Amino acid sequence: MITQPVWSIPRITRLAWKVWHRNLVVFFRTWKVNFFPPLIEAFLYLFAIGMGIGTYVKEIEGIPYVNFIAPAILAIAVMNSAFFECTYGSYVRMYYQKSFDAMIATPLSIEDVIAGEILWGATRSVLYVIIMLPVLAAFGVISFPTSLMAIPLAFLGGLMFAGIAMCFTAVTPSIDTLNYPSFLLITPMALFSGTFFPLTLLPALFQYIALGFLPLTHLVAIMRMLTVPSLTALLFLHITWIILMTAIFCIVAINLMRKRLIV
Amino acid sequence: MDRMSKHWFTGGVRIQDIIEVQDLKKNFGDIIAVDSISFTVKKGEVFGFLGPNGAGKTSTMKIIACVSPRSSGTIRVFGMDPDNYPAEIKRRLGVVPQETNLDPDFTCYGNLFNYSRYFDIPPDVAQKKTDELLNFVQLQEKRNVTVEKLSGGMKRRLILARALVNDPDLLILDEPTIGLDPQARHLIWERLKLLQSQGNTIVLTTHYLDEAARLCDRLVIMDNGKILVIGSPTVLVKQYVGNEIVEVEKTTEVLACLDSKNIPFEIIGDSVQIATDSSKEVIRTLLDHCSPKKVLTRPATLEDVFLKLTGRQLRE
Repeated sequence: MITQPVWSIPRITRLAWKVWHRNLVVFFRTWKVNFFPPLIEAFLYLFAIGMGIGTYVKEIEGIPYVNFIAPAILAIAVMNSAFFECTYGSYVRMYYQKSFDAMIATPLSIEDVIAGEILWGATRSVLYVIIMLPVLAAFGVISFPTSLMAIPLAFLGGLMFAGIAMCFTAVTPSIDTLNYPSFLLITPMALFSGTFFPLTLLPALFQYIALGFLPLTHLVAIMRMLTVPSLTALLFLHITWIILMTAIFCIVAINLMRKRLIV
Repeated sequence: MDRMSKHWFTGGVRIQDIIEVQDLKKNFGDIIAVDSISFTVKKGEVFGFLGPNGAGKTSTMKIIACVSPRSSGTIRVFGMDPDNYPAEIKRRLGVVPQETNLDPDFTCYGNLFNYSRYFDIPPDVAQKKTDELLNFVQLQEKRNVTVEKLSGGMKRRLILARALVNDPDLLILDEPTIGLDPQARHLIWERLKLLQSQGNTIVLTTHYLDEAARLCDRLVIMDNGKILVIGSPTVLVKQYVGNEIVEVEKTTEVLACLDSKNIPFEIIGDSVQIATDSSKEVIRTLLDHCSPKKVLTRPATLEDVFLKLTGRQLRE
């Protein structure tokens, strides 16, 4: 019996898309419950924070406040949809429904199954952004055509958060302990990653922490460059950071899951 | 015939056995779940695994099904090593797990159809096969019902159907009738008999000894990770117990009398059991010399073999 280290490159086959396909079918079968939340979420943020706080704040860094937070709404949606899909969603399928056991009894390997789940988490981010974009466009708070690039970006960002989520799912002792990363990582990240106020307002140390360790910071930064638009060369730095983290977390997630499920 | 030749002549070498296992071991840390077992399963055979809880049956099934790696020993399924060719082996397996793991997000039809996708079965073929299988397990009228609304027996039947979507060459059934009422058990047995008659190879584990005696061509009895005996149910009963069992109510007179006549017996609760090939003689001796209260003769069963070999203490 060979135990593989967590950084070994997993062997994934095209069968991973079968798992993705299964989740896609279920998503569209219950499309009414799935399409509503992102729509409502976009409206809620725009009204409460954009129109509410925005009345007082007017503008940040020369950008109207609603336009400033619009990319953050998208980035947070990318994070939440992938993260919650691959924590609670995947955990339910793994532990309660025993779906992974059923799947690995077929030609699918556990690597294929987890890769499929991660791909699906990222796809969910894409679907959420696709639903939100028209709402934001209707309010005139994002610019086109650059904002369309938010769709492929949602896939990349989604992969990263799905990978992070799957690492937690692989080590969590129960579904309740998944609350810790949700409250200790996701919620603070949604507030302190240059989302609703610029990063520069934070003390220098926190700025470095945010840039070094909070993945959402980079996603928000790119998203803002696209929707304002205000493209700079920094874009490549952010993209590189995200690609690197995505690779690391996805690889570790698959190996940890293998360790958990194949005994 | 096409299918036969494809599976039975790989590279000009004829593969004799569906499963070949030699000195198979499985450890979980310090716990030895499977302890150097060896056996082979031939094509078309129904091969059973019997044993108390924790005997190592399920661990063995999981190794055969390529979902759990072995600790040591060799195993070949269709002549291939599960460590190297899991996908190739699994493509030809049908697995009924102990735990019901149907997909609650789908209907009966959806469960089978979606599962077909994992085997790369083209949609039109899968549709036809799904319909066929729903008929086979008598769930056609439940085709559009979500699996949560099914009874336990229906769920087991649907799992059996699911294991057949890829026309498997080997069926692995871990406790196929666990927790089912007699009607549901009989239906599953009947379907398994039918599959056997069509030339399918079946490996199953069970706690129900009547089920094993009824279905299995050959079986092993496992305990503490080891195989205690291997053989056909009738031969095992003859070899380890005899033809018949005479049961007598336990009294001090009877016990003393049996001792004096040198008749071996076993005490179970308040009855005495004597395994024998000639019950008439035993009964005559009893009636003539021991003044028994109640005497009863019954055929020896696999259960007697099982209890003789694995003891009577409870297992967790």
